[in-house]
Amino acid sequence: MMSAAEFRRRFLRDPTAVGAGIVLLALVAMAALAPVLAPQNPYDPMQLDIMDSEMPPSWLPGGEDRFPLGTDPQGRGVLSTIMYGTGISLLIGLGAVAVQMLIGVTLGLIAGYRGGWLDSLLMRIADIQLSLSTLMLAIVALAVFSAAFGPDLYSDLAIFMLIAVIGVAEWPRFARTVRASVLAERKKEYVDAARTIGLSPGTIMRRHVLPNTLTPVLVIATIQVAEAIVTEAALSFLGLGMPATQPSLGALIRSGFEFIFSGAWWITFFPAVVLILLILSLNLLGDWLRDTLNPKLRRGA
Amino acid sequence: MTDAPDTPAPEAPEPAPPAATGPLVSVRGLTRQFRLPSHFLALKKPKLQALGGVDLEIDRGEAFCVVGESGCGKTTLGRIVMGLLGPSSGEIHFGGTRIDRLSESQRRPYRARMQMVFQNPYASLNPRRSVGQTLAEPVRALIPGSRAEEVRDRVIDVMETTGCAPDWADRLPHEFSGGQRQRIAIARALVTHPEFVVADEPVSALDVSIQAQILNLLADLREARGLTYLFITHDLGVVRHFGSRVAVMYAGRVMELATTAEIFARPRHPYTQLLLSSIPKLEGGSFSKERPASEPPDITRAQAGCPFAPRCPIAGERCRREVPKLVAAGAARCACHAVEEGRVAA
Amino acid sequence: MSALLEVRDLRVAFPRGRSDEVFALRGVDLSLKRGERLGVVGESGAGKSMLAFAILDLIQSPGRIAGGSIRFDGQNLLAMSEREIRRVRGKRIAMIFQDPMATLNPVLTIGRQMAEALEAHGRISEREARRRSVEMLKAVQVPQAEARYDAYPHELSGGLRQRVVIAIALLAEPEIIIADEPTTALDVTIQAEIMALLLRLCREREVGLILITHDLAVVAEVTERLMIMYAGRCVEEGPTSEVIARPRHPYAAGLLASLPGHTEPGARLTQIPGSMPPLGALPEGCAFRPRCEHAYARCHLERPELEPDLPGRRVACYLPLGGRT
Repeated sequence: MMSAAEFRRRFLRDPTAVGAGIVLLALVAMAALAPVLAPQNPYDPMQLDIMDSEMPPSWLPGGEDRFPLGTDPQGRGVLSTIMYGTGISLLIGLGAVAVQMLIGVTLGLIAGYRGGWLDSLLMRIADIQLSLSTLMLAIVALAVFSAAFGPDLYSDLAIFMLIAVIGVAEWPRFARTVRASVLAERKKEYVDAARTIGLSPGTIMRRHVLPNTLTPVLVIATIQVAEAIVTEAALSFLGLGMPATQPSLGALIRSGFEFIFSGAWWITFFPAVVLILLILSLNLLGDWLRDTLNPKLRRGA
Repeated sequence: MTDAPDTPAPEAPEPAPPAATGPLVSVRGLTRQFRLPSHFLALKKPKLQALGGVDLEIDRGEAFCVVGESGCGKTTLGRIVMGLLGPSSGEIHFGGTRIDRLSESQRRPYRARMQMVFQNPYASLNPRRSVGQTLAEPVRALIPGSRAEEVRDRVIDVMETTGCAPDWADRLPHEFSGGQRQRIAIARALVTHPEFVVADEPVSALDVSIQAQILNLLADLREARGLTYLFITHDLGVVRHFGSRVAVMYAGRVMELATTAEIFARPRHPYTQLLLSSIPKLEGGSFSKERPASEPPDITRAQAGCPFAPRCPIAGERCRREVPKLVAAGAARCACHAVEEGRVAA
Repeated sequence: MSALLEVRDLRVAFPRGRSDEVFALRGVDLSLKRGERLGVVGESGAGKSMLAFAILDLIQSPGRIAGGSIRFDGQNLLAMSEREIRRVRGKRIAMIFQDPMATLNPVLTIGRQMAEALEAHGRISEREARRRSVEMLKAVQVPQAEARYDAYPHELSGGLRQRVVIAIALLAEPEIIIADEPTTALDVTIQAEIMALLLRLCREREVGLILITHDLAVVAEVTERLMIMYAGRCVEEGPTSEVIARPRHPYAAGLLASLPGHTEPGARLTQIPGSMPPLGALPEGCAFRPRCEHAYARCHLERPELEPDLPGRRVACYLPLGGRT
């Protein structure tokens, strides 16, 4: 256990953590303030002009100051699409992880505390789920959905579909972690002490065990947001994710990919850099959290 | 986070008024098996016999010690008495009422009267709850209808009696040393004013200079509150200092039962003798005689005869065949054929 | 006769933060004659295990030996290369830990591990290794030594495992055994067996013993000389029986008086108030001062050094119990 002040002190002392935090904060701010900051609204067809298509970044010959990072084939400014796209990627990442946590933490608690056949059943389901790759599962599910709904309805619902599919596919990570910490915590004497005052299993779970399992959940959640964003990017790159009209970072990378060899590298390059920065900062923060909050590692230090 | 009582006061029978006579706690024919992990298709499910028929009576005001080595069943005994484990067979009576078959709501009134102090003060306090929250929880759960200021008064009162400083209430367990944590754990056990406290190795995890503080505290509380203890320990020095009566356990059975003074003055059972001669002493002499390597008892296999027979220097043919019963032997009770037959002095 | 092992002013430091250090050992002297048995007693955090690890240069990074010297048989261990020190560690100075499984490899048979210890001395035939190992297992009174030679560590009880560890340590014919809480994890009857064995073997083979424990009574049974440690320093040193009969340092006296079972049953135990301060937050002056009822002005200002006291004894206190000599 550590106080908020101690946590802050450790954070400020670690240059990697501070750096990753600043990058992440900047990207989040950029995404959240996109409607205000972006030079252009890429979702508004009225603001687009096909004559502006495939312009290089402003510092290259043929570039214009209106589009600092150039434009894509539809005449959208790359900077603006990145600002909006980062928001969509983050939204899908956070939403998917919320779904994972909801399912995973609940099932993990039940499996760990109840034990017995229910535990075995849930963990076998988790094993099966983990043995199928998330990407494969998502490709099948999304392909079925898009065939069933038709392309128009599908592009409207894509963001929810992605959240649901990535959320459901990755719940076992949370379930297993929570179950393992529940098994460790429930053996501790403070749980026995709670039993000697006659508290019900539900109350013991909620009041005593659950708060002590949340540290690893927080650590995994950070890493899982990065994972979910990467998965979404991969799906979008394969054409199963966000539609071109409402592009995420992955969809942007895809949209520029076919133009790389015609020389318009900026359409792919800049979204890719932002994606890498986003994933890297999340992973570095996740690693830092794990090292800081895990008392076992700390004791060894 | 505020803790409301979990359920409204249950319709439980009022606890019987404490009978002035008779033991406070009695345990009759207590056995407990644990199933060992095995393949689910295995025909024979291996079992571990943690308790093999224990009878005890603890009188009011006693500091009743249970002493024995690892695997002797002393911890299982304490957990069964507290209702943390169910017995495989046997009965537990508290204040004249049988409590081992009560439902949780029927048992609740008794829970306030019997509490437990655990071995490891680093694990027995929830790391995320302040000392105040930890101490208030038993009052809220076990004394339904306590008003907020009653709860607070009880917490302040128990902190004072156990030597916890008032400003500890808002702090988290990790800010305290082992000895301080054990004080908090004792305060938690006493906040409902129990008559009976099970203390499972309460000083084993502490440094020597801190052990003395906690033992003194427990002794003071016994005097001030008329507490009855079931004190579980492996440390004979602690028994000698603290206990009024002592049961020596081996492999899930009571081998010898007597007042502490009697056990130390005249140990009758060969195991008790071995135990006493093994304690290291400041004046030396315990390690001067070498003994052959001995094996701990195998409690996973049902054995005929006395469990101590394989290590016993005076074991006879009857000892390997027939389990000795705990019977009167002089001023003590002893489970040994040799003592019973008068082969060794009673 | 000069000492076989001579430790002077040993300091071990661990980093705290970026530029600060905490000292786990703050200048410890220790000397051991050939065949002598020395007890090192202290509570958790006193630095007694640190001392054992430091002597064998086993302090794990980021900790470091920050000063002092360790002379073994005339050579400075701290000046040796890792290769040279490996010729001493585990061979001329053997080590026994609290947990036998820290020494035993769970996937190798007892025999394999004993043979390895022998091979470290030079090439040896398999039959010869077996013969000598079984002989050693018999010497440490492992029953059915022949069968145990082929057993795996998990097939033995805790007491037998510790006997095997002792056997492996003795195969190297060490001059000193450092035993760090060797019986703390064992039951009291098994402890008596193991300590009696260790005591006899050390006597018969003239092996020196440094016994590190929190248990004064065990030290009283086994050792000839005793060091009492507090907060990374030795506060009292002398012949075991004399220190126990007449402790000079208030901490030593408090420790002895707080032992249950050695005073009148039921009487109040003498307790030392408070607890040992964390090494990073030691008070000025004497580290024991906040818990000491005899402390006076000088104890707040200056740190008492370990100085000669009664004949053969040393104490780090300005006001030793029973008056100054």
